Amino acid sequence: MLRLNVNGKVREVSDAEASTPLLWVLRDELGLTGTKFGCGVSICGACTVLLDGTPVRSCSTVASAASGRNITTIEGLASEDGELTPVQQAWIDIDVAQCGYCQTGQIMGATALLKTNPDPSDEEIDTAMAGNICRCGTYLRIRKAIKQAAANMGESA
Amino acid sequence: MSSSPYTAMNAVFDAIARQAPVPAARLIKFSRRRFMQATGIAGGGLMLGFVLKAKPAHATPGALQPNAFLRIDADGILLYAKNPEIGQGVKTSLPMIVAEELDAAWDDVAVEQAPIDAEAYGMQFAGGSTSIPMNWDTLRQAGAAARAMLVAAAAKQLDVPLAELSTQDSFVAHAATGRRLAYTELAASAAEFPVPDAAALKLKDRRHYQLLGTRVTGIDNDALVRGQPLFGIDQTVPGMKYAVYQKCPAVGGSVASANIDAVRKMPGVRDAFVLEGNGKFAELLPGVAIVADSTWAAIRAKRELEVEWNLDDAAKDSWSNAEKKAEKLRKVPGEKRVADDGDVDAAFAGAAQSLDAFYAYRFVSHAQLEPQNCTAWWRDGAVELWAPTQTPGSGIRAVAGVLGIDPSKVTVHQARIGGGFGRRLYNDFMTEAAAISKRFGGPIKLQWTREDDMSHDLFRAGGFHQLRASLDEEGRISGWRDHFITFTHDGDRPVSGGDMSRGVFPAGLLANCRIEQTALDWKTPCGAWRAPGSNVFGFVVQSFVHELAAAAGRDHLEVLLEMLGEPRWTGKGDMRSLHTGRAADVIKLAAKKAGWGRSMPEGRGLGLAFYFSHAGHFAEVADVSVDANRKITVHNVTVAADVGPIINLSGAENQVEGSVVDGLSTMLGQSVTFEDGVVQQSNFDSYPMLRMPHTPNVDVYFIDSDHHPTGLGEPALPPLAPAVCNAIYAATGERIRTLPISLEGYSV
Repeated sequence: MLRLNVNGKVREVSDAEASTPLLWVLRDELGLTGTKFGCGVSICGACTVLLDGTPVRSCSTVASAASGRNITTIEGLASEDGELTPVQQAWIDIDVAQCGYCQTGQIMGATALLKTNPDPSDEEIDTAMAGNICRCGTYLRIRKAIKQAAANMGESA
Repeated sequence: MSSSPYTAMNAVFDAIARQAPVPAARLIKFSRRRFMQATGIAGGGLMLGFVLKAKPAHATPGALQPNAFLRIDADGILLYAKNPEIGQGVKTSLPMIVAEELDAAWDDVAVEQAPIDAEAYGMQFAGGSTSIPMNWDTLRQAGAAARAMLVAAAAKQLDVPLAELSTQDSFVAHAATGRRLAYTELAASAAEFPVPDAAALKLKDRRHYQLLGTRVTGIDNDALVRGQPLFGIDQTVPGMKYAVYQKCPAVGGSVASANIDAVRKMPGVRDAFVLEGNGKFAELLPGVAIVADSTWAAIRAKRELEVEWNLDDAAKDSWSNAEKKAEKLRKVPGEKRVADDGDVDAAFAGAAQSLDAFYAYRFVSHAQLEPQNCTAWWRDGAVELWAPTQTPGSGIRAVAGVLGIDPSKVTVHQARIGGGFGRRLYNDFMTEAAAISKRFGGPIKLQWTREDDMSHDLFRAGGFHQLRASLDEEGRISGWRDHFITFTHDGDRPVSGGDMSRGVFPAGLLANCRIEQTALDWKTPCGAWRAPGSNVFGFVVQSFVHELAAAAGRDHLEVLLEMLGEPRWTGKGDMRSLHTGRAADVIKLAAKKAGWGRSMPEGRGLGLAFYFSHAGHFAEVADVSVDANRKITVHNVTVAADVGPIINLSGAENQVEGSVVDGLSTMLGQSVTFEDGVVQQSNFDSYPMLRMPHTPNVDVYFIDSDHHPTGLGEPALPPLAPAVCNAIYAATGERIRTLPISLEGYSV
């Protein structure tokens, strides 16, 4: 059995899945469909999850490579009682989404960015988020939401 | 002629997509049979509304449910969003219209996606920026009917005259005594009152709106940020397997042989088989299906699949050949004269100056981020589908046709859609999923890869325009001719979005205007792509007007306003009709807000463009820098729009911001080419999307006009490319006549 630590819980999947991209293990085996399939070759960012806090493209990361590390998906961001993170809340307050399909990857990328850089400039946000495509073109709002989340985190810190 | 709702829907959509007149007789015939009626809109156009008689199939006792758009009971207020959500925001904006007339507090309201039910909802689809204009009257009446019944129930309960009662924030209030009754308390007794006649309802004056015009966050945003399963790709059913489908890279090819036996033996594979299909590209093309225990097992097996294709009837389309043909054709008159106002030849003969220009643009793909998918479950002679479709009604019809069953045996559950842009008006993914489920004998989720998606799109067609225009002694445009070289699937009718025969700018504005068309044969399917036709015609005509202004040594703004002339409707005042006064107002507003006419630094310029489509009047001014290596920076885009009153201001601004990004993304580097009928691009590496670092600031200004509210999914896109190209000209003196501009060496 391959043991994966997903959102703070140990999940077991069959050894046969060791070479399967983490994306499909999360979606098909573990029922965590919040992580999205976009391009399959790690150039759109829709499948972004965090491995020990670092954003990775789950479509191009085999499941066994995530074994022994903390995997965080979009489903694991809010607290047990459902309280949203400042990033998630900012996404609602700014009304970022259009179709919303890429926003999982955007939120995971933004979450990772603010962990290492709590007060990023526009340029730093652009650089960190350049790997995530939004086909609907909500980039201005993503940038704004990240700044708002940073401000809210700064106030509560 | 069939009088099914799908026929009517397609007639309306087709008409709007082609900017053609809505076939009124057909709709009115339909309305007599069912419950639809034609109602006028500002300017005398034809739109559709419902008489609110249809009771929802899912009506529950004890609930106030005067129509299919809402349900109020002791537990709360539920509104039903009738049309597919593709990112255009209708799951929020349509229920907002009901809530406004209902006087329900938005925070008290829950919203659900409505079931697909033609009896209760009429046409349910996302296309042509029509959701708001087609449902505006109906939804206001739906809310007002329920409000009237709640007030009647309160009057009886409080024993006061109706006139002494008012409604606010989901309560009926009696001001004289300070008593208030919640809608949820009143619902059961209100349900006993007769549903008022829609025509007798008094609707709010929009100056009293409290919700409409404000910024409301998307109704699904909470679920989205939690990663809850909303999209088609997220759907699961018990016992479901995962399927992929390999079609011939060149449309029209069929399976000669395949290593089916070897594929069946691969790990996790349950079955593999050939589907013959019906040969229709928006339905079922031939291919090989693989059904497996997981998506990955299916994709992995597909990589080992070897198919020998019979290419006898396959597309041989070649972009480079099309370019060669166009190069010859542009020197001769077009095959058909589709518009010919005044005397163009006389205008050219008497010209003080004339200008020729050749414009070209490539095919592009929809590239919506959620690859095509559909979950289908065939059992007992019927099929159930969970589908991210823009046209569930025609999807039902297509699936029924392919499976050879009655449409009543097809049930579609509408999923949220990870990007539409017109691609999901066509339901090939539904028919494939249904056919695979039937053949496999159990529920499956069909998943296309990104490569499947890019190679089997219904593409936005490329095209070529040989233009000539004349200027008179005063520098006014006196004559205009456009020989448009487009494509055809059937040797006659141009492909979707490839027809200028109906009122394309500047037809109707210039006394002497001729449009000729020549259509090249093309087999690979073309389809509606966000603002069909307009998305490329805008680039061509609005760039050429600027060329003419420059040739005359005149200000572009002045020439544009001169072309528009006195305020008037140029047609019937319907979805297709430009109003020159509205056009002039948005042009002047955009120019003013952008500081038109101010001096710019070296290598930096402002570019202006106007376009009218989908009933929306839009003007945009782009502020662009160009360096010595043709690297451009789009600093800012100022957008002024008149789409009538705004429903959800946040959603409306988002659509405009997104259209600017989409327009820029497409014009910069997107190009689909074909050789031997095979698409040469496969993923976002060869088909680049604009990313955050290159996104311009966008300033949006809506004119608060009293016209009928209209849609915003499309009309903000067409002016972007010409505004940017005109700005590049202003910055450098170099004229761009080719899209994408990467072909002329430009980059960001």
